[in-house]
Amino acid sequence: MSGIGHSRRGALQVNGALLVLAALSLAPLLWMLSVSFMPRGGASQFPPPLLPSAATLDSYRALFATTGIGRNFANSLLVSAAITALSLLVNTMAGYAFAKLRFAGRERIFQLLLAALVVPAQVAMLPLFLLMKQLGLVNSYWGVIIPGMATVFGIFLVRQYARSIPDALIEAARIDGAGELRIFFQIVLPMLKPVLATLAVFTFMGAWNDFMWPLIVLTDQQHYTLPVALASLSREHIMDVELMMAGAVVTVLPVLLLFLLLQRYYVQGLLLGSVKG
Amino acid sequence: MRTGPAARLAAWTFVAPALAVLGIFFALPVVAALLLSLTDFDLYALADPAHLRFVALGNYLDLLRTPMFWKALGNTTYFVAVGVPLSIAVSLCAALLLNSPLARMRALFRTALFAPVVTTLVAVAVIWRYLFHTSYGLVNWALGSVGIAPIDWLGDPRWAMPTIMLFAVWKNFGYNMVIILAGLQAIPQDLYEAARLDGASRWRQFLHITLPQLGPVLLLVGVITISGYFQLFAEPYVMTRGDPLQSTVSVLYYMFEEGFKWWNLGRASAVAFLLFLIILGVTALLLRAGRRRELV
Repeated sequence: MSGIGHSRRGALQVNGALLVLAALSLAPLLWMLSVSFMPRGGASQFPPPLLPSAATLDSYRALFATTGIGRNFANSLLVSAAITALSLLVNTMAGYAFAKLRFAGRERIFQLLLAALVVPAQVAMLPLFLLMKQLGLVNSYWGVIIPGMATVFGIFLVRQYARSIPDALIEAARIDGAGELRIFFQIVLPMLKPVLATLAVFTFMGAWNDFMWPLIVLTDQQHYTLPVALASLSREHIMDVELMMAGAVVTVLPVLLLFLLLQRYYVQGLLLGSVKG
Repeated sequence: MRTGPAARLAAWTFVAPALAVLGIFFALPVVAALLLSLTDFDLYALADPAHLRFVALGNYLDLLRTPMFWKALGNTTYFVAVGVPLSIAVSLCAALLLNSPLARMRALFRTALFAPVVTTLVAVAVIWRYLFHTSYGLVNWALGSVGIAPIDWLGDPRWAMPTIMLFAVWKNFGYNMVIILAGLQAIPQDLYEAARLDGASRWRQFLHITLPQLGPVLLLVGVITISGYFQLFAEPYVMTRGDPLQSTVSVLYYMFEEGFKWWNLGRASAVAFLLFLIILGVTALLLRAGRRRELV
């Protein structure tokens, strides 16, 4: 009897605590959404309103009409899609080769790649900027895309997964006279589908949210990706809360929706990636 | 296995694009950064490389005499020393709650708690700036309703860094939560059964079963989080621009200003390398401590 009462109180505590944590996690995002629909100047009052007095799209209209954020949105989409598509191809080919093809120095090169994971990306950024300047790629989309075209994480992820492909399957195709490229595209790639989905979601979100390198290599508003544009907007329009929140919604919503749709793949990648240690 | 020249050529064709990208756009710049940090590469050298001079360890020695570098290192260390334990503690609590057999709607809660992780850092940093606004911010309004006087969160040098810590914890506790949750689910249930039969309390079960079993996972999470937190940059860039009184200038923020505002690329490379060495040192110490306790 007392056991039932005890566990009911326990359930209340556990779920209550979860509810509080969930509220704290989501509150800033819900507030952003709410303020973005407020009439201009609506949020800067005391006490601060939680909901718009009358919902309006004014801030979104002003945002797209005056700040050129539509262009930045297109830039982000283009850069993230290009990085995802290209790195998926490059990483998958390499990951498959490290798992299934034999070549001199294979293990040593792979160890070297893993060791490179300890070097923070920022160490490379200063010379990388000079290199991009030499190549004439500063302030171009390629300047953002090219360094993202291969990642150790991606190669590692594909390699782990590709190791489970039976050798006999590949060998049989070879005996049938299939070339290595054909084996890769027609036999291996379809078997890698789950890990490709995981890697695609991970890469796209990473590219979309990336800030420091695009901030360095992109130098004019026309080429900015969304995070860089938003950071620069927030400096000019600091007083304009509603406009800034509309900008934040435009930036966050695509990745948030993508995550909600594909979270199974995302969490898988996170868990696989974290055992790389 | 066929390992003729044709097969070997095929293998190299498969790895060549990846190795080329990583070699030219990562490995080469890292080596170049080391060389650059030994020169006085500045705005003049940027215009004409003939101005470049070799200064050996000059940049490093110079940095160690620069108060602003120590300030940035101090701020970053403060951020790591308080932020990382706080972040992992919140992640652990959230994971324990989600793993409790009493929890309802786990998938929904997990998604909600994880949502901040996938958001764009710059965008949510902008949100937080308004939430923590001194006069119109929701946080001060909520505190006001329980009688706490308004705090100038991002304008007071004592509060700016703690506010950024809170933000960072909010943004990334979900990441470690998912990893710890997987670790919790891997603990054999019969360990708890045995403890219950022995009459061990919940707290003792946590101390003597859960924590030791989670050891390797916590070590891993610690290493990932520490190296991530040392790379603090976007938060101060968006929320405070390093102010007030340079209380939120981080090492990377300092590197960015030295490199891309003042174009002292030699000096900035030295900053980057020092940060790298510090991260390497701290995580190596942590791993060694873990090894001593046989966690890895």
